[in-house]
Amino acid sequence: MTSPSSTGLPGAGKTVALFATCANDVMFPDTPKAVVTLLERLGCRVVFPEEQTCCGQVFTNTGYYPEALPSVKTYVKAFSDYDYVVGPSGSCVGAVRHQHAMLAEEAGDHGLAREATAVAARTFDISEFLVNVLGVTDVGAYFPHRVTYHPTCHSMRVAKVGDAPLQLLRAVRGLQLIELEFAEQCCGFGGTFSLKNPDVSRAMVNDKARHVMDTGAEYLVTGDNLCALNISGVIHRNRGGVKPIHLAEILARTEGGNQ
Amino acid sequence: MTATEQPRRDKDGRLTPAPPEWTTRPAAPFPEAAVKGLENQVQRANLRHATGTIRAKRARVVAEVDNWQDLRSAGEAIKNRTLRHLDQHLVTLEESLTKAGATVHWARDAADANRIIVDLVKATGEQEVTKVKSMVTQEIGMNEALEEAGIAAWETDLAELIVQLGHDFPSHILVPAIHRNRGEIREIFREEMGVYGTPAPEGLSEQPAELAGAARTHLRNKFLRTKVAISGANFAVAETGTLVVVESEGNGRMNLTLPETLISVVGIEKVLPTVEDLEVFLRLLPRSSTGERMNPYTSMWTGPSAGDGPQDVHVILLDNGRTNALADPKGREALRCIRCSACLNICPVYERVGGHAYGSVYPGPIGAILNPQLRGVENPIDKSLPFASSLCGACNEVCPVKIPISDLLVHERHRVVEEKKRHQLNQFEPAMMKAASWVMADHKHLEAAGTASSLAGKLLPIRTIGPLPGPLSRWTQNRDVPMVPAQTFRQWWKENHDERA
Repeated sequence: MTSPSSTGLPGAGKTVALFATCANDVMFPDTPKAVVTLLERLGCRVVFPEEQTCCGQVFTNTGYYPEALPSVKTYVKAFSDYDYVVGPSGSCVGAVRHQHAMLAEEAGDHGLAREATAVAARTFDISEFLVNVLGVTDVGAYFPHRVTYHPTCHSMRVAKVGDAPLQLLRAVRGLQLIELEFAEQCCGFGGTFSLKNPDVSRAMVNDKARHVMDTGAEYLVTGDNLCALNISGVIHRNRGGVKPIHLAEILARTEGGNQ
Repeated sequence: MTATEQPRRDKDGRLTPAPPEWTTRPAAPFPEAAVKGLENQVQRANLRHATGTIRAKRARVVAEVDNWQDLRSAGEAIKNRTLRHLDQHLVTLEESLTKAGATVHWARDAADANRIIVDLVKATGEQEVTKVKSMVTQEIGMNEALEEAGIAAWETDLAELIVQLGHDFPSHILVPAIHRNRGEIREIFREEMGVYGTPAPEGLSEQPAELAGAARTHLRNKFLRTKVAISGANFAVAETGTLVVVESEGNGRMNLTLPETLISVVGIEKVLPTVEDLEVFLRLLPRSSTGERMNPYTSMWTGPSAGDGPQDVHVILLDNGRTNALADPKGREALRCIRCSACLNICPVYERVGGHAYGSVYPGPIGAILNPQLRGVENPIDKSLPFASSLCGACNEVCPVKIPISDLLVHERHRVVEEKKRHQLNQFEPAMMKAASWVMADHKHLEAAGTASSLAGKLLPIRTIGPLPGPLSRWTQNRDVPMVPAQTFRQWWKENHDERA
């Protein structure tokens, strides 16, 4: 399926199923679009299995296991035919890898658990797919701006993407990376945590937003748009001027600006 | 020296300082209790400073150990193996203790344990006891039970003394007075020490050495006077009947050697099969808790020894919910906890609200899973605790016995929700979740929702959503939210990229 012009590229001969994630699909469509642009530029064939919906994390993490199960089934059905599933969210990818089989086991569905484990093993966050699977850190991106990077908790501790995002950012032409103080501390979003414990959540995100603003960066880069939404919401309210951007949207931009 | 001083009563007729009101009547669920902690600016500054310092120190000394991850795995394995055969190890422990000359008592719950303790102290005819810092005696509310029986129980750990004299409650497992600064401690000593014993010296300053000196004099008089001491134990070795207490100040050792009678209250999960097993934990614990390579004092005792130390030695083995926790194959992982408090020190929630918000002697991430395990998920506090976390997972990485804390938080949430569904209470959230689950069950449903959302994005002439009323104010009180875009990704893909289009 690879076009002749793409042979020799790192993604040549690889078909990648895009897991857009429900939040990115509806609220941040520019991010999955950037993933498509980026992967195709690297020679991958990108498909979007339309049966897909959601990782189910919001149900699981709020304690609603039976309610999460349809998402697991849908995910397995949509993606079981592909060698590579790639999503622009460490959190959702982490949920697929860490929670899907557990949910199936809890429901007593061992067959589903086996299938979920198999699909999860082929599911990657975009940053780790690029660095660990395609073996590229320089994706030919150009982004002449000052940026700071917040490693979201679930990227770091559940999906365990390691320093893949930083390796990728360091290879972007024109980009100046500014270190973020207390980078590894949570932004306080935590899904329904921000609704169930709104006061604590606010205290956490206010601190995080202050540290981001203190960097003097133009952009706040993350691998999870919902964490960025939480932080940039405070920055916007305080007219802080640091704009949120997903890692994939930076990596998709090239000199000449064709994205 | 005023060693002949007798116990006296304060203006309320109590022998010891009254604890804060919220510990003696039903406390508020976490979200409500947290507000108090958040509003206390002095406490927040104290906590930020203290947890930051101890976190950095822990990271430094842990990095020195080449096989730290192997040590953690060993700790996890020993605890798991022991808990799996807990019944046998407990029988062995009882036999060893009895053989060593100690008297073993079994306590099903707090009331049981307190009754045994009160009876033992009364039998000595004493009206005062000293204590080495002990989580488990806090757990059962022993000080108050003794007070009611006309017996004064004195905390001798420096931080615990500050908390007790301050009519306060510990805010941390290891550093009970972490929420207090020097200035506050000086005030507490000046105002309270004289009411219950040797007063603080005139002109006491905020210098740590002077504060420690005042505590030393105050405590020394109690040590020399009391004939009964009460301890907990960090570990109980089954094969030898040896109890172990680790501490930093040496006051614990005073308790373990000076009195005539020693009563130790030990949770049944503290058992280790052999002395060899101790090695792993005596390395894991100090580095994880205080960031020290080795704790300053490790005391071990195996029953009484003739002519040396307490001659009447009692050990109370306490269940108080532990066998219930054991019955839950997942939740039982919380019982591996060795009370190091590394998870508290790294927790961004704990750092901001402090320990009191958790309404329990076990605060922080471990408290949020241990309390529902020990006490069940029926009361409003224990129901709220599993949700008192953003699930950031920082705690999992520092736990020396590899308790998967965030997984257990989710597990406890599931128990709470199941309980909620059974009792048909608060139907709003389950209904919302059911509806959302339906949306995610089929992509056609999600597409419909996406179309509605993008239509709003097209029609509404705003770019940013500011403060909103109602439940959404929880979010928009301090955050602006961008308007949803006019096209979903799915719509874009169909129009621009779908091979079938």
